[in-house]
Amino acid sequence: MKKKGVGMSCVLHPTGNKGAGDPSQAAIQLKPDGTFTLVTGAVDLGQGSSTILRQFAADELGVPIENITVNNSAGNAAPVTMGSFASRVTLIDPHAVKLAAEDLKAQICKWAAAQFGVNPDDVTFADNKVAVKNDPAKSLTMAEVGAGVFNSPALMIGTGAWYPAPFTAHDPETGAMPSVGAVSFGACYLELEVDTETGVVDILKLVQAWEVGKAVNPLMCKMQIGGGLSIGLGYALSEECWPHAPSMDFVPEVLGDYFIPTFADYPLENERAVAEVPHPMGVKGAKGFSEGSSTAPIPAIIAALHDALGVWITEIPVTPEVILRALGARG
Amino acid sequence: MTEYVGQSMPRYNGIGQVTGTARYVDDIQFPGMLYVKVLRSPVHKGTIRNLDLSAVAKTTGVAGVLTADDIPGQNAYGFYGDSQVFNPKQPRFKGEPIAAVVAVDEDTAMEALAKAKLDIEEQTPVFDMFEALKPNAPLVRPGTANNLFEYAPGKTTFVIKLGDIEKGFQEADHVIEGTYKEGMQDHCPMEPHVSVARIDDADRLEIYTHSQCLNVHLGFLCPVFNLPQSKINYIGGRCGGGFGGKNDIHCDHIAGLAALKFRKPVKFRFTRKEDLAYSTKRGPWVFEYKTGFKSDGRIVASHIREFHDSGAYTGLSPYCIEKCGMFASGPYAVPNILVEAQVIYTNKPVSSSMRGFAVLNGQVAMETQMSRIAEQLGLDPWELRFINAWRDGDMGASRYVVQGAGAIEAMRKCAELAGIQLPAKLMEMNSRRR
Repeated sequence: MKKKGVGMSCVLHPTGNKGAGDPSQAAIQLKPDGTFTLVTGAVDLGQGSSTILRQFAADELGVPIENITVNNSAGNAAPVTMGSFASRVTLIDPHAVKLAAEDLKAQICKWAAAQFGVNPDDVTFADNKVAVKNDPAKSLTMAEVGAGVFNSPALMIGTGAWYPAPFTAHDPETGAMPSVGAVSFGACYLELEVDTETGVVDILKLVQAWEVGKAVNPLMCKMQIGGGLSIGLGYALSEECWPHAPSMDFVPEVLGDYFIPTFADYPLENERAVAEVPHPMGVKGAKGFSEGSSTAPIPAIIAALHDALGVWITEIPVTPEVILRALGARG
Repeated sequence: MTEYVGQSMPRYNGIGQVTGTARYVDDIQFPGMLYVKVLRSPVHKGTIRNLDLSAVAKTTGVAGVLTADDIPGQNAYGFYGDSQVFNPKQPRFKGEPIAAVVAVDEDTAMEALAKAKLDIEEQTPVFDMFEALKPNAPLVRPGTANNLFEYAPGKTTFVIKLGDIEKGFQEADHVIEGTYKEGMQDHCPMEPHVSVARIDDADRLEIYTHSQCLNVHLGFLCPVFNLPQSKINYIGGRCGGGFGGKNDIHCDHIAGLAALKFRKPVKFRFTRKEDLAYSTKRGPWVFEYKTGFKSDGRIVASHIREFHDSGAYTGLSPYCIEKCGMFASGPYAVPNILVEAQVIYTNKPVSSSMRGFAVLNGQVAMETQMSRIAEQLGLDPWELRFINAWRDGDMGASRYVVQGAGAIEAMRKCAELAGIQLPAKLMEMNSRRR
């Protein structure tokens, strides 16, 4: 018999390393034609760090985004960053990019001031050009600045480095650690159908929303929620590297034995959204969030299975065997 | 001027990735490139009596073999420094690297490896955490007293205390207890673990990596190679899916050692089997939750015991139990919290980071507690969470002050999208004040 159930959940995910430390560096170079290269050590796993750091760089410099390329594979020559983990890049790295942009703008204004014969404070940097305050006719486009810098003994690389605070360890007695970066919040609602004869679960509808501080790129936020769902569904229902515990015989060695969800396993109705509460630590209020999109669906599935079957399942993955055993135990 | 932050812009290099122009580590080919295959432990636990690789080394097409003796620096790496590049004595899990062969291609390397004469005494392993805690359990780490991670001599439990847990349970009108068991998951990225290494024209060791954290891994690799950071050109930035699995080194150390020894470009890549069976994992967990709450739904006490299966090495497990514990009472204002957590070694692949990173595991248990509390009180599950959700200024388990709270805002957005009409009293709430 097929039974339907609904469930919801509310979860969090911390963003940034606990205890602070957690440094990042960035550099932005002005090229001789007036375009820019952002050099970062942030690894793009597919989460889109190159895309969003470029968005921040364009805003902080006030130049067209097409004029900025991202180099995150400079090896030995790259500024360093802690890494792409702990949902930390969106919270931490934009600070380094922002500082690098401010540094570069200050260098360019100083160089341009000498050309104009004015004080650096009297030079404005906006709309992809520099100009003399109160005398806007005196201006140079970024292409003119780039060529001029190249033809003079000057190098324009803005650098930035940032961390939230010095690292502090847990207090050994109380575990106290007051510095945690930021925290993001997610909620999930879902409807499922479970076959009481086979134990097979079919998610019919799934809605997931995340409070992300500032959605730097709302489309990519929603794509991330979709990607997180895949790992969450797998962990909740089918993926197990130790299927015959306590025996370690017959562990999965091929994908035919290890069941990662496919699009066929995705709910037909699959809605995602973001909410924004600007976080005081983030640039423009932004923080990371997307790891948690693997989390929220799991307890919602457990709640919905209880709604459908009247039993609390307390282990994951909730394979068909687990469901049939739980039903058998109830009698 | 246009403001770009906040716009749904296309992925910067997305077109190249979906049309195949993006270059991943396994796409890299150098003339004369050699390939590595690893001799892995055939047993879950054992003592190597003798290893004879002479027939392997003599095989046509084989450049040579690599063992722990070929390591110029230390045979140790990782966040807690206890993983071994090659384990020449007492392998602790099935699939642990013992040695490697370097050959003209992978088939030749595999054929040669079949000629390795490994004399290993198989010993009784322990797989289950609670079996591993029993007094006479097999010891996963030779020379230790038990199978527990130690923070300091004799200190095996990580503790977080907030408020007064006993007072909290005295104030509670009801208590719900639950035990939750969570499984072992692989990252399963499209791109299996791979590394390419060579010596460049300036005599630097050049490594093409898919590391998620270049700076951290460079720090791990230098003591293995006994090289300064300036002598390693560690080139990365792209990853064909990581999900935390590429927070740990799987190939770069061995590929680098092979390039240093044979002075040729070298590629080392995992098969899907090696990825699934031997790479780092999201390790198994067992949680014991005891949650005290008032009849109106307010949570007043949360006692959590965490048991985390670390596998054969430490991986990131202590960090996992700490971070899990800090957030294991969910996004809720709970005044009295006690967390007690342990890392337990077993003869299984190493547990380390994976998307959601341990915090996920605690949330799953806590949210199930919340659903059960709502059921017991006959309370709307949304309302229970709205009542308890963090507001700015609340204090979390490890005494962090909550800023920019947004659980209520996330739930409201979710309900709206799901077409659920929340009661007016919930719609009036926000995360700025209680």
